[in-house]
Parts: sequence; structure tokens; C-alpha cells
Amino acid sequence: MGLLSDPVRRRALARIVLRLNTPLCVLSYVAGIAWFLALAFPPLTQRTYMSENAMGSTMVEEQFVGGDRAQGFARDFAAHQRKSRALPVAWLERMMRSVGLEVYTQSFSRKLPFPDETHERFMVSGTNVYGILRAPRAASTESLVLTVPCGPDSTNSQAVGLLLALAAHFRGQIYWAKDIIFLVTEHDLMGTEAWLEAYHDVNVTGMQSSPLQGRAGAIQAAVALELNSDVVTSLDVTVEGLNGQLPNLDLLNLFQTFCQKGGLLCTLQGKLQPQDWTSLDGPLQGLQTLLLMVLRQASGRPHGPHGLFLRYRVEALTLRGINSFRQYKYDLVTVGKALEGMFRKLNHLLERLHQSFFLYLLPALSRFVSIGVYMPATGFLLLVLGLKALELWMQLHEVGVSPQEAGGSPNPGPPLPGAQGVSLASLLAPVLISQAMGLALYILPVLGQHVAVQHFPVAEAEAVVLTLLAIYVAGLALPHNTHRVVSSQAPDRGWMALKLVALIYLALQLGCIALTNFSLGFLLAATMVPAAALTSPHGPRPFYAALLMLTSPAAILLGSLFLWRELQEVPLSLAEGWQLFLTALAQGVLEHHTYGALLFPLLALGLYPCWLLFWNVLFWK
Amino acid sequence: MAAPCFFSRLWRAALALLALGSLAASQIEDQAKQFFRSGHTNNWAVLVCTSRFWFNYRHVANTLSVYRSVKRLGIPDSHIVLMLADDMACNARNPKPATVFSHKNMELNVYGDDVEVDYRSYEVTVENFLRVLTGRIPPSTPRSKRLLSDDRSNILIYMTGHGGNGFLKFQDSEEITNIELADAFEQMWQKRRYNELLFIIDTCQGASMYERFYSPNIMALASSQVGEDSLSHQPDPAIGVHLMDRYTFYVLEFLEEINPASQTNMNDLFQVCPKSLCVSTPGHRTDLFQRDPKHVLITDFFGSVRKVEITTETLSLQRDSQITESSYKEDRMDEELMEPLKYAEQLPVAQIIHQALLAEVWTLPSAPCGMLGSRSWPATFTGSVLQLVTSPVHVLSQSSELHKVQF
Repeated sequence: MGLLSDPVRRRALARIVLRLNTPLCVLSYVAGIAWFLALAFPPLTQRTYMSENAMGSTMVEEQFVGGDRAQGFARDFAAHQRKSRALPVAWLERMMRSVGLEVYTQSFSRKLPFPDETHERFMVSGTNVYGILRAPRAASTESLVLTVPCGPDSTNSQAVGLLLALAAHFRGQIYWAKDIIFLVTEHDLMGTEAWLEAYHDVNVTGMQSSPLQGRAGAIQAAVALELNSDVVTSLDVTVEGLNGQLPNLDLLNLFQTFCQKGGLLCTLQGKLQPQDWTSLDGPLQGLQTLLLMVLRQASGRPHGPHGLFLRYRVEALTLRGINSFRQYKYDLVTVGKALEGMFRKLNHLLERLHQSFFLYLLPALSRFVSIGVYMPATGFLLLVLGLKALELWMQLHEVGVSPQEAGGSPNPGPPLPGAQGVSLASLLAPVLISQAMGLALYILPVLGQHVAVQHFPVAEAEAVVLTLLAIYVAGLALPHNTHRVVSSQAPDRGWMALKLVALIYLALQLGCIALTNFSLGFLLAATMVPAAALTSPHGPRPFYAALLMLTSPAAILLGSLFLWRELQEVPLSLAEGWQLFLTALAQGVLEHHTYGALLFPLLALGLYPCWLLFWNVLFWK
Repeated sequence: MAAPCFFSRLWRAALALLALGSLAASQIEDQAKQFFRSGHTNNWAVLVCTSRFWFNYRHVANTLSVYRSVKRLGIPDSHIVLMLADDMACNARNPKPATVFSHKNMELNVYGDDVEVDYRSYEVTVENFLRVLTGRIPPSTPRSKRLLSDDRSNILIYMTGHGGNGFLKFQDSEEITNIELADAFEQMWQKRRYNELLFIIDTCQGASMYERFYSPNIMALASSQVGEDSLSHQPDPAIGVHLMDRYTFYVLEFLEEINPASQTNMNDLFQVCPKSLCVSTPGHRTDLFQRDPKHVLITDFFGSVRKVEITTETLSLQRDSQITESSYKEDRMDEELMEPLKYAEQLPVAQIIHQALLAEVWTLPSAPCGMLGSRSWPATFTGSVLQLVTSPVHVLSQSSELHKVQF
């Protein structure tokens, strides 16, 4: 306080901030990026460890031997599914009943806001089948879930077979302290969402579904299984859920320990584990995996049925059987044993999984970066915005006041109401107009799809995407429209004030996003911050314009798609990339409406208007 | 040929017996003294498991294994206060219901056929434990939940759970510190609630729990030194947990070899579970104890008083008619008093501290510190009844149940 209120020191400090602003900003930005890149290296990554006492070791005996039985179930299931062209509900009910479960079904229906062309569905109606294995000596107050999503893309018949065989095996054990729910959902994630909403008796997405007849207490953990072959070469685990939520790290640790115990080959993001962390290769490979995780988490999509469980704070992960060209293959018994071990250990749980981390990044299955370690990366990036805002504020302050008075003002809190008033009035219009653009971007595409279909020769899904792009581009014309409204008396002060507001707005948004979804916050900060800091109406305007265009939310999405495929070693051509971009836009809007993913509203209502403000600053007249 | 040879052998045997007899005659008085060397007339055990939850199965198994041993060696359930914080036998996660195993492959079921748990689950608290030790128990407390010991009692206190330097955690909510425990023992001493006390603890940094003791006649053992962890043993994949802790496991193995007549002494117990087996370093403390551990039998604490010794010699003991008569009289009096007894009066508090019991309010006077100096130790031993059976085989028996009426 003393430092700030002492006029002499205050001016000295102001001078330092003004003079060293650019180097400090550059330093801070570089530090943020470097910090992030260093996350995959050993001092910052730690080995994962089991924190939960109740699941302390893998010391359980796996007795599952029903591999043949699982294959038999899988064959029958596939045959019935081919015959009925839908989920063979009656057959599933019969089989679950025959292995001794309490069987219930749930029907659901949902009309999507516009046709989903990727999954070829619009009016969705289906049936979920679930069987409850009651714990013989416990009070049905807690449960575990094993779920298999069935959909048009992946029938997952082997997964259903394994689920039934495991149910039969589990039924023979008397040590269950939690009920186990075996859930087969139709229309993959739509069914999962319907079932979860009905189970928790909420309706967040406008799903119509019949109420559940059987319940089994609070769900403690869930495992989703996707298997499409009788043998697998590896199991891939997915943790990223809706809006970047992650399951407790202990659940992943549990999976990893049973992978090791069973000698299974387990992958994360489809990448093998780097063995050597002492040389450069291991961490570099880890960085690749970490980047993939950041991109996936930033997308905010539920990357598997587990992603929807996370909304209800049910720790969950998805296991995918991969059958590649590797020599060594594992049969269903090995996978079943790993699952049995995991469920037996989860059965030992006494409380919800809460001992380990909820916020982490994974450079490998056995390594993690905790929130305390990765957060400074975003902190450094946001500091740039803070420094720039401070510089602008000081410039604004001292431009309006004479140098003598600048330091002498005893209470610099509300300086010069007159000057402030002018800039506030001039700010209101651009801010309101950009927010209105954002609102239009959010509402109009879905609302106006029918109008668009009537007037243009396009399908609904295309109409939505094209309207989206049209409104987005239309926003770029904003400065030319707003400057007529704004009566700028002091042009320099005007854009400075606008940029100051935009900087603070951006910093606040990014800070909030980084707290809930670090990956998204970091990606946006790393791309948007330099352009935001540089933008001004003076200087090389075409260069600034190009930079700002490149770092607009849509461009970031496009760039992320290319980076993602590059990291997966399936590079995209430009045309493919564009197609994928259009699909991603449609999916983003759809997922917002069907599952409540927040990326679309966040970009449309928050970041896009904010970015428009900078665009406004650039073309300030 | 065969007959003379047989007779000569018999003759020699008879000679040897005679010689032995003359030797024994001189030593028999010493043996009789040895016979009463521990100075206690009854045994009690307080066995505490302070941990809940399925993954702490081993702590329940620890406690039950000590329970099994003391019960096998003769302490009846009425003299054992068993505190178990969780019911592992009936836990839904237990694949073998109604059992608690101490050894892998289901070799030894320490749950046995009848286990009398006196304090269970949430009753196992620091407060209840200290109340049991010090006898400050509400009048409504049933007899099975009391430690009704006196100044002739040898008490075994066994504790296990999760601990640290200077404390032992009770359940997940509280802990007892070593100072609290030491003060509780001092109260017990001042209230004449024990003759000798054996304290055994199996927990991490167990030695820290006995380092603050300051009351006399306490011997203490711990599974590990300060700064050391105590480790688990006997992983069992079928049950899915560790079945025992290392220290108690080897103590159990040791106790399984003991029978009521064993002459094994405390020094042997100190040798149990060396560092090569335990990984931690078991510790013991004997400086407060009056007797040499080598003269203290394991059964002085782990068994009930069972002073029966069969001799072939006739031993003439002085028959003190006064003692016999008075004890007989008191026996009679006790019978007459039988009907109006209340639980509170069953604890002979007034007799112990030689003060009149207040009529209505059952409050214990504060511990009579002044009495401590004037108290002679060991107290006179005249009260015990010696029943002499005049038959070729003399049986000296000292009933552990009769002692109460004699003071």
C-alpha cells in the first residue's frame, strides 16, 4: 500500500512498468510456453501412486475363466442384432436373467435440434437394458457400473459378451459389498445420457425417457468397455470427459496396476508408454501424449460413455480394446481378469474416490502432472494481459492529467470523471454490439435452420454450419458499423480504453476457463494472448489483422484439428481438414444441445465477442 | 534269566527314587516359595483393535489372535475386555463369512467358535478405553464391559491400530497420546487396580507409546522403534487383504507353543520377531518392573492363575486356623448378601480404597495419593486360601475366583 500511495515511488514504479513493459511481456509469454513444454520432463512430472488405502495393492485373486462363454454370448448377440437391426432387447433381458441378474429396461427418445449427419440420426429412440447384481450381504446403498455402449458405428458385441460372462462369474461370488449394474445402452452416448438422467432423476437435456424401475444406490465408479474383436493387442484408456472433467487419478492408477499385473499392453491416447525417462526420448514422447490429452480435454467432448458419468461425480473411464497388427494378442480372459480385479478392488472402497488428484495432466499412464505444477504456465500467459492492461491504464491516466498532478493526486482511485465518462460512453456501443453478435452466433444457426433450408439448397445440418460461419464472418464487418455510432472526441483515448476493457475481459474469461478446464484455458491463452497484446490501430495493420485472424476462436479450432491429427500421426490434407472442421462445428453445437457441452456457448457468448473487441480496436478510426 | 535281571533293575530304580526324595525334601520349601513368586491372584486382559474398515482386517486379526491365545491359556471371557472397532467376520467383503484368518490359505481361524466382543465398532473410543482402565464407568455398565481388577491382578493390555510418534489413532476421529496412556496407568496404580501390567502394542512407532510410562510394575513391548513402521504380513489374494501384522504374527506363533504349564519366561518373548523377520525393530521396556523378566512366566500374563503343582512328596504347611475361619466367615457373609447386589456395588471400590461408599451417589473419591507412601508392597499375602488335600498327591490350588472375598 505504501508503495502505491507514496507519490514519488508510485511514479517510479509507473515508469518501470511503462519502460520495461514489452520485455516483461515477452519474458512472461516465453516463460509460460516454456513452462508448459517442460511439464513432460521428470522434475515436473511425478510417478503416479495409489492414494486410496482401500485399493492399496493388486492383492486379489482373479478367477474369471469365461472367455469361451463370452465369445458365445458375443456371437449370439451379433446374430440377434443383425436380425433385428436394433439392440436385441428381449434377448439381452433373457440372457441377463439367465445369469441371475435383476433385469430392467428403459426406453428413451430425443429429437435432435438438427440432423446429426456423422451418426445419421435425428429422431432418436431406443431402449437401454440393465441388470443389477445385488450384493448378497450389503444394503444396496452403493453400486458400481459396467457399461457397454451399442450404436450404429460400433456394435461392441464382444464387449456385450464379456459383460454377460463377467456378470455370470460375479454372480457366483459372495464378497460383493456394492451392487453391480451391468448396463447396455442403445445409441451409445445418447442412451447413457438418458439412463444417467433417469437414474439421478434430473432432466438437463430435454431427453424423454421412462423412469427406472430398479435402482442400486449411489454409483461409486463406472467402467465403460468397447471391444470389437475376440482378441486384443492392447487396451486404450480414455479419461477426458464432458467439459474437460477427469476422473479421480486413483481410478486410472487402479487400471494401470491391473494392466501391469495381467501383463496387458495398455496405452493412453493410443500411445505406448515411454520406458526411459532419463534420456530425452521418453519425455519428448510424453510431451506428445500430453499435448494430445490437452487437445482432447480442451474439446470438452465426452470421449466415451464415461464422460457423461463424470457430470454426476461418478468416477469413470472408458477402456477400448485395440486390435492392431502386433504379434502378441490377448484373449477375452485376460481382459476379463483385469476387469474382475478392478471391480473387486472397487468393491473394497469405503468412501467415494477422493484421495487422489481430480485435476491433472498425463504425459504417460504412469506419470502425471499435478495442478499445482501446471497452473503457472497459464499464470505467466495471463500476466501478459495484466501487464498490458496496467500499461494502458497508466497511459490513460497520465495522458489525461498533467505530469505534476499525476503523482500529486492523493486518491487516484476514481480519476477524472469527465474523461472517464467520455470513454465509457464510447465503449458501451462496441461492447454491446459484439455481445449481440455473440448472442446471434449462439441462437440463430439452430433457430434459423428452417429459413435457411427454404431459401438455399442445403440440408439442415449444413445450413446450421453455414449460418454459423456466415454470422461469424459478418462480425468482422463490425468496426465499420460501430464507428459511426461512436462519437470519438479523443481517438487515441477511445481505442486505449476499449483495449483496456477487452484485455481485462479476456484475462477474466481465460482465468475462469483455466480454473475449470486448464487445457482449454491454456490453448486459448497461448494463441490469443500475443495478438491481444499487440493489437493497436497504429503500426503494421495488415500484419496485426492477419495475426488476429489466425488467433480467432474458429481459427484456433481449425489449427487444433490439424495439430491433433498431426500428433496422432494421421496428417490431414487441407480439404480433409476443412471437412473435419465443418463436422466439428456441427458436432460442437449438437453436443451442446444433447449432452450440455459448454465449449460452443463459451466460444459464442464469451470469447468471440471479446475477440471482436480487439478486432474493433485494430480498425479504430 | 529274565527274572533276576528285572528285579535288579527295580531295585536300582527304588534306590534312585529314595535319593531323589531326600534331595527334593530340602528343595521343596524353595519350590513352594517359587510357587507364589508372581504375587498375583487373578488375571485380566484388555485387548484393543482401534481400526475400522476392511483394509484393516489385519488389526482385527491381530487382536483376535491374542484373544485366542489368552483364552486358550485360561483367562475366561469374564476377565477379558475385548474391543474391536470393526466386524471383519461379518463384513460383506469377506469371501469366507464368519471367519477371521491369521494365516494364509485359511490355516488358522482366530475367530473361532465363540468370541465375546465387549466393545464393538463405534464404542471403541479413547474415552471408553480410559474409562475401562481407570474404572470410572457409569453405574449402568454391564459387568462384561468392566475391568474388575484389584491390586492382586496381573493385567495384559494389548493394542493395535494405526499410530505415529506418541499417539495411537482410534477409528478415524481421535487418538490417544502416550502421555494420556501413562496417566491412565498411574491412575490404575493409585486406585490399586493392578499388581503387574504387561503392555504390548503393535503399531507404527510403537515404542513411542511406552516411553512416557512412570508407574511401577509395568513391562512394555512394542513392535517397532520410534521412526519405524510396523509392517503387515500374510497377504492373501483370496481374501484380498493382508491378514496379520508381522510382529503379532510371530507373537502368535510363539504363544501357540505355550501351554499352561510352560516355564517360558519374558526374556523369550523379547526375542520374538527379530529384525530379520519383523523388518521393524521390536522394543521392550522393563525398568519400571520390579522382578527380573527372566523369572516372569509368560503365563503370569497370558494365562489365568492356575497354581496347581503335583508333587510326590508330602509337604506339611502350617495350618492357620484363623485365616481359614475368617475366610469361611466372609464366604458366608457373601452368600447372605447375594440378593440386593447392584452392579455398582460389585466393584469393591470401597474395600479397595478403604473408604465408605456413599449411599446414593456413586462417585469415586479422587485417587488417594497420600496413601501411596504408607502402602507396603507387596501387600500381605495372608488372604489366599490354601486348600490342602490329604491324599498321596497333594494339590495346592489357589482359586482365582475366590480371592475377592478375602480382602
